[in-house]
Amino acid sequence: MSFLELKDITKSYGTLNAVSDVTLSVEKGEFVSLLGPSGCGKTTTLQMIAGFVEPTSGTIRLDGRDITHAKANSRGLGIVFQSYALFPHMTVFDNVSFGLEMQRVPKSDRRPRVEEALELVHLAAYAGRYPRELSGGQRQRVALARAIVIRPPVLLLDEPLSNLDAKLREAMQFELRDIQRKVGTTTVMVTHDQAEAFSISDRVVVMESGRITQIDQPYRIYEHPETEFISRFVGKTNLLPGTVQAVNDRAATVSLGGVPVEIDAGALVRGDTVTLCIRPEKLRLTGTGLGRLPGRVAERYFLGSQWLYHIDGPLGTLMAVTPNDGSAPLDTGEPVGLDWTPSVVRVHRGRLAEAPDPTLEAH
Amino acid sequence: MSAAPARLPTPLILSAPAALLFGALILTPLVLTALLSFNEFEHATGRTHGFTVAHYAAVLSDSYYLEIFLRTFRVAALATAICVVIGVPEAYILSRMRNPWRSVFLLVVLAPLLVSVVVRAFGWSMLLGPEGPVNAVLMALGFGRMRLLYNEGTVIVALVHVMLPFMVIPVWTSLQKLDPAVEQAALSFGASRATAIVRVVAPQILPGILSGSLIVFGLSASAFAIPGLLGGRRLKMVATIVYDQYLSDLNWPMGAAVAVLLLAANLIVMLTYHRVVEGHYRRRLG
Amino acid sequence: MTRNGPIALIFHSLVVLFMLAPLAIVCLVAFTPENTLSLPTRGLSLRWFEAVFRHPDFVQSFWNSLWLALLSATLAVVLAVPAALAITRWEFRGRGFLNALFLSPLIIPHLVLGVAMLRLFALVGATGSFGWLVAAHIVIVTPYVMRLLIAAITGFDRSVEQAAYSLGASEATVFRRVTLPMILPGVTGGWLIAFINSFDELTMSIFITSPSTVTLPVRMYMYATESIDPMMAAVSAIIVGITAVAVLLLDRVYGLDRILVGQH
Repeated sequence: MSFLELKDITKSYGTLNAVSDVTLSVEKGEFVSLLGPSGCGKTTTLQMIAGFVEPTSGTIRLDGRDITHAKANSRGLGIVFQSYALFPHMTVFDNVSFGLEMQRVPKSDRRPRVEEALELVHLAAYAGRYPRELSGGQRQRVALARAIVIRPPVLLLDEPLSNLDAKLREAMQFELRDIQRKVGTTTVMVTHDQAEAFSISDRVVVMESGRITQIDQPYRIYEHPETEFISRFVGKTNLLPGTVQAVNDRAATVSLGGVPVEIDAGALVRGDTVTLCIRPEKLRLTGTGLGRLPGRVAERYFLGSQWLYHIDGPLGTLMAVTPNDGSAPLDTGEPVGLDWTPSVVRVHRGRLAEAPDPTLEAH
Repeated sequence: MSAAPARLPTPLILSAPAALLFGALILTPLVLTALLSFNEFEHATGRTHGFTVAHYAAVLSDSYYLEIFLRTFRVAALATAICVVIGVPEAYILSRMRNPWRSVFLLVVLAPLLVSVVVRAFGWSMLLGPEGPVNAVLMALGFGRMRLLYNEGTVIVALVHVMLPFMVIPVWTSLQKLDPAVEQAALSFGASRATAIVRVVAPQILPGILSGSLIVFGLSASAFAIPGLLGGRRLKMVATIVYDQYLSDLNWPMGAAVAVLLLAANLIVMLTYHRVVEGHYRRRLG
Repeated sequence: MTRNGPIALIFHSLVVLFMLAPLAIVCLVAFTPENTLSLPTRGLSLRWFEAVFRHPDFVQSFWNSLWLALLSATLAVVLAVPAALAITRWEFRGRGFLNALFLSPLIIPHLVLGVAMLRLFALVGATGSFGWLVAAHIVIVTPYVMRLLIAAITGFDRSVEQAAYSLGASEATVFRRVTLPMILPGVTGGWLIAFINSFDELTMSIFITSPSTVTLPVRMYMYATESIDPMMAAVSAIIVGITAVAVLLLDRVYGLDRILVGQH
């Protein structure tokens, strides 16, 4: 049995379902992220695990114990809030010590444990300071130390890095993962930032309008998104609507607005309407006349480590990304060929609700 | 953040003590006073009983009462107008000062608010008294000694002193919300300082001026200590007449009628303001 | 920000003079050695302060006012904290009405409150009772406390309390260790402003005090309508001094501009 189990969790406010039928198993020591746009129900799910929101139906089990209706202050979970929620009138030491005091840990045992926790987040020298005297990154670490010092069975992180600036956020991602590995606490994190979710999670749970649409390892989510929404929400992608024209035992031919494209057959049947997804970095730019499709560079954007091209061609405008390996980039207006390996093309059944505009897809 | 359904009565339990006290000491006495104002009054025995609208009829027809209401209205209106003329520029000047001067002078202008009104009325009676410094200056300038106390002018001057902070506060608040870049933007488009103030600053602080005027007018119209101490025996205003009715003539129903009218006038002005002005400006200025 | 021009500064100086003149003259005259209200041109004297302390009525009224202000400010805080929490933290039927009720003494003239309470006290036979006077003062100072508390509680990050809960604190502990300390500046500021307002209140008190419960402002008002001598100035100077101390305390604890002008 899993360590933390959510079974058919639903939260409704009146007729509105904020969370519907969420089922999720988290193993001991695992780092799981709930990923989705705002309003997808990820925060409500976290709050139900924390005990701040009571589920309308379903059960939550922790280590085999039903905690669905347990009070928040009896669950013993460690929580890091988006706003950090430090006690402004207490020093860093007292903030971290508060949870131990509530657990009636003897005073003599508290000090070494608080010091150990502050050591872990590299704040040992700041024990006597007040939260307002700390930088955003330091406050974040205090919040983390306060949550882990009570040795919670589960650590809950609510958008823990969203209030930090971009550079610090990246550094903290790795540090967070590092600390979590050291302590070994089962962790559930809520985030809307896919890069954050991918870089530090063992598994990512994608949520969409209150439902889980995919649970997988980060790499699998990126490479094998199960819905067209995920392929659009996670990274950039080219979405191409078409119809299956011919199927043989190994390959299928899809007509994309009259242009035939070969893909791996899968379980497709002739006449199916499908949407093909090709990640921009999976498109190879070749010399004119080579590759599968001709094209012409419409725009190019410099992203530092990469070049992003918008290529006009028979399928409309496609995005392609090439590494900045030091060679000269292509010029606007230059003719190119587009090539790809059939196995990188993902197929979703059904047609897009609306034609994708590549410029709006960038996340 | 809403509470779980099981905890629904919590807010009522929390506010119950205060609500009971306010019910007992605000609502009940007001209702009792309203009822009292319709009682008949026997001058001979001082008993109150029965039902009559005579007190209201007297207040609304007797020229003695009408004159007092009119005077109160006039004094309050003049005090309000002077508070606007002094308080608005002063708030603007304060807002353009640098610290520490800004904090110091804000304290100087606002802190008298916290000194008992009796003390301030007494201060004015000394300043304007026959031997006071104002008369000394007038005599030195060759105007001769003047009778400055016990007239409407004295009452208005002292009211302005008491009420000025109530004008400065809301105007200051709306000036704080003002983005200084907006005035600079107007100047950068070639507007003169005066135009920038009239066209850009003034419209944005108008709600502050209006709410200040309302507070000043309301408080002036019901002011008691100032007319009581500086108006002398003859210069009666609404508040002093209520005091006389209650504590000298002992005609409580009559005093109650005047008090009810005063309260009604106050509430009508406040609620009208709230409806019309606030709604209008909320939409435009957020 | 740009500096003010010379005309603006002259105007400002006149306003400052206007605001301070009545207080300054009161404090000066209090030190006069003369028998009449006059500026102390022939040296300073404390004789009128002595006279105040020998005057039993003024001494008694001073203690009345002090106890009244201490009690009513403290009790107003005790009543207002839970009520402000209820109003800001919960949506419930009657919330708007209660909010308006608790702030209503700000827009009801004190004169009207005075006569209304006089009627009530006469009917229940409480005329001249110190307890009922305290209750009446609680009512008129509570709105000041409420306003500061509502501002303090509204600007409060609820997740701080959730953090305390999640760390195992009971509801009572959360209130005592987290909520109360965080709204403490609002509570203290509210108490001080309530104290000052109660200590200064005249218009309502004049209707509901009896000879044994007469407060200092009422005593001064009645004294001033009959005779005027430098003793009034000495009492006034004492009041100005007490108020100044309270104002400085208030400024330290909460920031005077925040109290008078509101949060920004």
